[in-house]
Amino acid sequence: MPESLASVSRRRSLAALVALTAALGAGPASAQVRIDIAGVGGTRIPVAIADFRDESISPQPIAAIIRADLERSGLFKTVDVPGAFSETTSPVFADLRARQADDFVAGSVNRLADGRLDIRFKLWDVIKGAEIVGQAQAVHPDDARLAAHRIADVVYEKLTGEKGVFATRMAYVTKAGRRFSLVIADADGESAKVALASPEPIISPAWAPNGRELAYVSFESGKATVRIQDVQAGTRRVLADFKGTNSAPAWSPDGSKLVLSLSRDGGTQLFVINRDGSGVRRIAQSSAIDTEACYSPDGSQIYFVSDRGGGPQVYRMPASGGTAERVTFGGGYNISPAISPDGRTMAYITRTGGAFRLSVMDLATGQSQQISEANDDESPAFSPNGKLIVYASRAGGKEVLMTTTLDGKIKTPLLVTLAEVREPTWGPFTSP
Amino acid sequence: MKITRYALTLIAAAALAGCGSTVKLDEPAPVKDIAPTPQPQQPPRAEPTRVADTSVKTISLDEQLNQQVQGKRVVYFDFDSDIVKEEYRPLIDVHAKRLNNNKKLALSLEGNTDERGGREYNLALGQRRAEAVAKSLTLLGVAGTQVEAVSFGKERPAAQGSTEEAWSKNRRVELKDK
Repeated sequence: MPESLASVSRRRSLAALVALTAALGAGPASAQVRIDIAGVGGTRIPVAIADFRDESISPQPIAAIIRADLERSGLFKTVDVPGAFSETTSPVFADLRARQADDFVAGSVNRLADGRLDIRFKLWDVIKGAEIVGQAQAVHPDDARLAAHRIADVVYEKLTGEKGVFATRMAYVTKAGRRFSLVIADADGESAKVALASPEPIISPAWAPNGRELAYVSFESGKATVRIQDVQAGTRRVLADFKGTNSAPAWSPDGSKLVLSLSRDGGTQLFVINRDGSGVRRIAQSSAIDTEACYSPDGSQIYFVSDRGGGPQVYRMPASGGTAERVTFGGGYNISPAISPDGRTMAYITRTGGAFRLSVMDLATGQSQQISEANDDESPAFSPNGKLIVYASRAGGKEVLMTTTLDGKIKTPLLVTLAEVREPTWGPFTSP
Repeated sequence: MKITRYALTLIAAAALAGCGSTVKLDEPAPVKDIAPTPQPQQPPRAEPTRVADTSVKTISLDEQLNQQVQGKRVVYFDFDSDIVKEEYRPLIDVHAKRLNNNKKLALSLEGNTDERGGREYNLALGQRRAEAVAKSLTLLGVAGTQVEAVSFGKERPAAQGSTEEAWSKNRRVELKDK
């Protein structure tokens, strides 16, 4: 953290720091995930999170998950408070001030008649002695961890001014031996669940904007086809199985259609298809490879990779089709564009010598910056709050997932498993 | 092996027919006492060595063509290239002959790349290689419906490792019967 910020009010400086900091947490009973955030120092918000009253009813330790989320974000320091307090407590602010807590969270867990858990909490400003926010949510007991992440998101947002991503989910692909798995996990890597297990490769998963479906490319039928899976229901359907290769699906922001690459007419070319598989239409015509398309967040543009100029470069064109303009110029090999939720930044992979490295471009100025020194970076994707990029890389000869801030200053390995991990995609914000 | 055995049998049959023509039918066949020459020990055979007089041995061109594509199922490519090299002409020719001989046959042409670079772009590069092989076949008269160019990109390496030796084995198109 720059020294000059230390003199600014703590809240404002921390809001600024958000841009530099990994907003990820790790659960206390972490079996496969270790997140070590380097480079975070300076002032952190001291917050006291009491154990929730009757939280032993919950299968997950609510207060501990919230504490871990906030601690791992690098923006908070948790302060111990003995005992359990509910949201109906009248906090003894003098006592909390003596413990040097600026903010205080308390809550309760109750079992409802239908078996759900009623989880309530309140957040107080200890210095002002005033309530900031209070909320209640009724969740399935299996969603207790999600409920805790949501509370952490509210605390994070109220105290930093930025939306948290603790309650979002990631999807990625693992390869163990010859088994491929499409895995869905909390953004902290916990609660990993296999959505699809296959003896054939799976690539390019893409979350639907509704957060319930994943489109992906599966080679299970002996060639690449695009399928859409409802992750909760465990049902799926074929979106594209035309002659040749079907690949690189990306959802439109409204979720009504997808852009994808088909070779059915020869070459690898861009098409748009409705989410139900109807209305296939070609949106660009070239004698080169056109692939890896994605929509700008406002849906007006499509960014894609083409080697029409020789090597692969990123281009952009109107989503309805039309003239393409080249976006990347540095180096002979630029692929895998991902656009930030505010539409201002593009993450992509650039080849430097024999290395493939994560880079970001300010789309307004065209200025680029390599933000990785690794050799095998792949598949960048933005967190829904735009503060982080998750990407695949290689460390110690093994495929790993990394997250980084947009300036590349804070990098953290996300998943450490025995399997190879690749093809990350970050799910959208979900509303309770 | 099958073909070889058929061929030998046919030669034997031709030889017998040749012998028969020198024997006059209205004369008793000359009988000679010949001391049995000791035969070398033959391993026991699974099939009877006698051939029925009415037997017909089929020469199957399909079989011959199947035989000829054996071991000719992979085309390798130079780095960053989708050019089907001249050395693969005979391979392409025999596949084209086989497909033209039997219009019911169909091939899946599976393009592959080495491990360097992005998964989707490599998928497209593998597709380009597969389509280059498809084109060289259709130029020889093979129907477009008999070939499907597909790609596995870098997802199905034939050789593991990050050496040029492994990479050169992975830049390939496999021609597989559907």
